[in-house]
Amino acid sequence: MNKANSYNYSGLIKELALTDFKLKYKASFFGYLWSLGKPLMLFGVLLVVFTKMFKLGGAIANYPVYLLLGIVLWTYFVESTFSSMSSIVGKGELIRKVYFPRIVLTISASVTALITLFLNLMVVAIFMFFSGVSPSVFSPLMVLLMIEFFILTSGVSLFLAALFVRFRDVGHIWEVCAQALFYATPILYPLSFVPDSLGQVIMLSPIAQIIQDSRYILITTETGTVFSTLSFPVNLIPYSLSFVVFIIGYWIFQKEASRFAEEI
Amino acid sequence: MNKDTGIAINVDSVSKLFRIPHEKHATLKAAALNVFSKKSYTEFSALEDIGFEVRKGEFFGIIGRNGCGKSTLLKIIAGIYLPTSGNVKFDGRISPFLELGVGFNPELTARENIFLGGSILGLTRKELEASFDKIVEFSELAEFIDMKFKNFSSGMQVRLAFALAIYAHAEILLMDEVLAVGDSNFQSKCLKEFNKYKQEGKTVVLVTHDIDIVQRYCDRVMLLRNGRISKIGNPEDVCNAYKHQNMSDEESRINQQEGTGGEKSSADSRLRLSEIKILDSSNYERLVFETGETFVISVQIESEFEQKIDLGGSIISNNGRYIAGFSTKGEQIPVSKGKNYYTYKINSLPLLNGDYYLNIAIFDSRTFAYVDLVEKAREFKVFSNIENKDGLILLKADWERISVDD
Repeated sequence: MNKANSYNYSGLIKELALTDFKLKYKASFFGYLWSLGKPLMLFGVLLVVFTKMFKLGGAIANYPVYLLLGIVLWTYFVESTFSSMSSIVGKGELIRKVYFPRIVLTISASVTALITLFLNLMVVAIFMFFSGVSPSVFSPLMVLLMIEFFILTSGVSLFLAALFVRFRDVGHIWEVCAQALFYATPILYPLSFVPDSLGQVIMLSPIAQIIQDSRYILITTETGTVFSTLSFPVNLIPYSLSFVVFIIGYWIFQKEASRFAEEI
Repeated sequence: MNKDTGIAINVDSVSKLFRIPHEKHATLKAAALNVFSKKSYTEFSALEDIGFEVRKGEFFGIIGRNGCGKSTLLKIIAGIYLPTSGNVKFDGRISPFLELGVGFNPELTARENIFLGGSILGLTRKELEASFDKIVEFSELAEFIDMKFKNFSSGMQVRLAFALAIYAHAEILLMDEVLAVGDSNFQSKCLKEFNKYKQEGKTVVLVTHDIDIVQRYCDRVMLLRNGRISKIGNPEDVCNAYKHQNMSDEESRINQQEGTGGEKSSADSRLRLSEIKILDSSNYERLVFETGETFVISVQIESEFEQKIDLGGSIISNNGRYIAGFSTKGEQIPVSKGKNYYTYKINSLPLLNGDYYLNIAIFDSRTFAYVDLVEKAREFKVFSNIENKDGLILLKADWERISVDD
């Protein structure tokens, strides 16, 4: 009965996420543009390196937009997991002084990142328009893909946030993991550049699946997806993996949540 | 819980055990390296078998010294901590916070903070919009409503926080030392608001160590000591028990601190103050007194020959204020060779709440030079049960109405 206060906490998630977003961009003069600067800068550098130096881009139609979309999606994953990871530890004062479901803090941090992703995708749309790329008829499916991405990212975030309360070196460990994951995901390189057997392993990752699916429905149907690399029952693995990750993350988080107030 | 049992909170044999590990593995690396080593920790029992009920519409106080477990108990009631055993039930919407202004962000304006802080307290935006004007009005901050919170004085911050808490519409309000900040005007406004709350059938649980507030506003009080319920009942009885507890604790603390006590400056070793004590009416040595008690200063003087001396002393409050002085000036007292004893008896100690110390001296009545002086011979504490008397000295006086005839 202790937790029977049947409030609707979606209002709180919204309030916290908007506040975070507002504060993040209020402080700097360029506001939101500043947050866009980071992925754009990475995009610029990689574009020069891979089209001028390694001539990688030639293999793919509309490589610049293709690359940009990949980077924007990847940036969301990294920023969301990193900001959510410290969402519990960073709000210690709040947690020690007031009761509300702790998951609200982590989810609202993920939502803040989601708002940024949404704005960044608008920028991608503008690039697409100027590059003359027309999205496929499947483009409304992008909404479903982003829901899947949000669920996957929240699952990872919940796991990291709970772990970070106990172990403060999780931040460094995750940094290394994320770096490895970046290269293990076909963001820079087209899937066709890796041997088939390796490609099949790579595509088991839900992140690779989401990025490749997005590229398929928005930019070019030539790109490899789970459907072109894996056969029927196996190609459902990445989709279900997103939900499995969320369930595991959620379960671990809720198991630990009641002790956060004492441990922080 | 059934409807209308009249019970707002039911705490049923709640215990809380904290495990304090001897070495905390704050990193995954350290934890991984020590997987197989035995984990050792100290168990600290913060609360033991606490059980009580708070009725609806009651203003319930929880008092106790620092570390007695009162804040832990409040956190368990609020749901912030889980009890190790036992459980807490309540009927009605509870305010889940213990301190004013939790969740406020200094970078936001007061207006934005009302919405942010309010939603952390579990209110919807709609509810907040409906009571926004009342919150602003109560806080008296209408003209600063779009100012950043960090530019507010601490008093203004508390006002806003309290206004929000009051309008959070919880049926059970939990408060931990809320009234420590804010000026006395606002404090009394807050307490009045608590009373209004009570009249609406809402319940207030207040954790404090301010006996005054407890006596004035609480219906029932619980005294905690070392994680157990020491007494529960009406404010007067419980507060008296609390005072006596404090007195005896204080007594043993001062006794431990004092070895011989006093800073001596002796000019003539042939005549010296060898022992100074404070006794009560039954000749027991004590260092904590209540206003109105018998207070006896006992002085031992050692002299190498028979002579006449002047003895004096003073009571100083611990902030250095000279409260009273007394001496034998003009009526020298005789001492003989060896040990001599003199007492100075105050039948009814007229001092109020405070810390004081005693200076004792033997002096030369013509030159006023000290023959022997013991500064801070004894430090003592006075507790007072007397309401409506402030300051350091108890005045024995009465009010009387004077009728004026034409």
